Amino acid sequence: MDKFEKFSGIAAPMPLVNIDTDMIIPKQFLKTIKRSGLGVNAFAEMRYNSDGSEVGDFVLNKSAYREASILVAGDNFGCGSSREHAPWALSDFGIKVVVSTSFADIFFNNCFKNGMLPIILPEEQVEILMNDAEKGSNARMEVDLEAQTITSSDGSVFSFDVDPFKKHCLLNGLDDIGLTMEKSSSIEAFEKKLEIERPWL
Amino acid sequence: MTTPKTLYDKIWDAHVAHEADDGTCLLYIDRHLVHEVTSPQAFEGLRLAGRNVRAPEKTIAVPDHNVPTTIDRESGIDNEESRIQVEALDKNARDFGVHYYPVSDIRQGIVHIVGPEQGWTLPGMTVVCGDSHTATHGAFGALAHGIGTSEVEHVLATQTLIQKKSKNMKVEIKGKLRPGVTAKDITLSVIGATGTAGGTGYVIEYCGEAIRDLSMEGRMTVCNMAIEGGARAGLIAPDEKTFEYCKGRPHAPKGAAWEQAVEYWKSLFTDEGAHFDKVIEIDGEDIAPVVTWGTSPEDVLPITDSVPAPESFQGGKVEAVKRSLDYMGLSAGQKLTDIKIDTVFIGSCTNGRIEDLRAAAKILEGKKVKDGMRAMVVPGSGLVRAQAEEEGLADIFKDAGFEWRLAGCSMCLAMNPDQLSEGERCASTSNRNFEGRQGYKGRTHLVSPAMAAAAAVTGYLTDVREMI
Repeated sequence: MDKFEKFSGIAAPMPLVNIDTDMIIPKQFLKTIKRSGLGVNAFAEMRYNSDGSEVGDFVLNKSAYREASILVAGDNFGCGSSREHAPWALSDFGIKVVVSTSFADIFFNNCFKNGMLPIILPEEQVEILMNDAEKGSNARMEVDLEAQTITSSDGSVFSFDVDPFKKHCLLNGLDDIGLTMEKSSSIEAFEKKLEIERPWL
Repeated sequence: MTTPKTLYDKIWDAHVAHEADDGTCLLYIDRHLVHEVTSPQAFEGLRLAGRNVRAPEKTIAVPDHNVPTTIDRESGIDNEESRIQVEALDKNARDFGVHYYPVSDIRQGIVHIVGPEQGWTLPGMTVVCGDSHTATHGAFGALAHGIGTSEVEHVLATQTLIQKKSKNMKVEIKGKLRPGVTAKDITLSVIGATGTAGGTGYVIEYCGEAIRDLSMEGRMTVCNMAIEGGARAGLIAPDEKTFEYCKGRPHAPKGAAWEQAVEYWKSLFTDEGAHFDKVIEIDGEDIAPVVTWGTSPEDVLPITDSVPAPESFQGGKVEAVKRSLDYMGLSAGQKLTDIKIDTVFIGSCTNGRIEDLRAAAKILEGKKVKDGMRAMVVPGSGLVRAQAEEEGLADIFKDAGFEWRLAGCSMCLAMNPDQLSEGERCASTSNRNFEGRQGYKGRTHLVSPAMAAAAAVTGYLTDVREMI
């Protein structure tokens, strides 16, 4: 996994609440056996007409936001299914950060496994960033995970919380499985205990 | 005296294999269920890293999302991508030596129906699957939740998950339910009350007389939709009904091991005085048969109500409701019972069990599906299908004009050929009414099996209480 480095990028506003994983990546694109190439299908049913042409007023079709790397979204972003195709699709499109007041649990976890950072901020701060994101190609924000800040286009700085372990993994591009395997003696000891205490398992 | 614990606290504590200073835990996983859509990339990851499945004996795979449900499916899957995904699961199950129920096996079905049916799911376990409706297994007092594909790979390789503990939430359904009100109405009503983010950060324990009175099938329906309320998992403390359901199942313990297991399972309840971070109480008699009108499972109202006006909501929900009503082709003030239905779908991991089919058949007996409507029943597993045939339910469905299908996820998420067409309106016993969920521009109203059957007869969303 790539290291998550400080960057600045265009932020796109998606104020709709409860944007679900079926919206982010509709089921017909879950039939892949690969992780890559889903960006073109991100938000497919909102982004394209049934003949395949683009929906002109969908935010990511507007020229200013085609290169967006940040989404500022309505409450409860990523609700619904566990499909990791949702962060895969966003990441493949170029999105590195999603800002919202709240995220669905599984989507939130899936982001970190793919080098993406979901940022939770209070409602009034999301509103300020949402308005900022309306500025089109001027909606350039800076995200600094090390410092845990996001800076709006006019220089206002907002601090966010992040789980220290998840931050460490993102900053260093660490592979969870490798880290867990370093603790395999704990897992073995647990399994031995389990065999005695709950042998029916 | 020790600190009183919730049921969730107890299961959590019994599975921590390692805890770091910051509270990040390695949670040991007792059962890992796998299906064809969210696993191929995980198995590929193992191969690339030269890793094995750590506990193949605790890993159970079954294809369900993509499989056709028509009788001719033995001859293969037409859609190339679907076929490749199912073939990949065949190969991965074989290569890595995990338990497997192929499409040709009568035990094949929706992973969350097969797990309990085969006795893989037992009280006090941790159960995960790359599918959000893993919450279903919470009905047994098992900590069960959905995970992403990276976590599927992590569990395959290490039999653990990196987790931090959630908060405790209690949802108590007091007293009795009124006639015509089912487990589906309970779970939808709870989501209506809390919203789809109301459970975010929590594990819910459902309790109260109305929950105790439910069968295991009903409890599975309730827990299944905990995820729709945003919760990581839903739990119901095991009791005699739970033990009775598990006893004798192929993978349940036998003999002395059974006695030992039951002894342990009896300790799985929330201690008197244990702390809950959030408590919701609902009177069972206040719950009516409900239906969803919008494109979020929180958009739920009693069938006797009318479509709400966007202005009656607050904040971002106003725009969301405008969008929903436009998508659903509904207008504010319209009576829910005036909504005309094109299609009825009975099935899914929410309502594809034998009790669900019995409830629907009871309404349909001696009646016919309204002319011009499409109606289908997709049993949750091959064994549910066989039992329904034995009980004569299949004949009731067929005589009424329903299609009688083979097991799979089917039109719940429409990854197989069972899909709604543009504008087609469906009364569905599934779990999500999201835009496009059952087919591009398809319109979904979530209901209980009895309500779905009632809609099939009248052609409209219908108050089932008028038919019982």
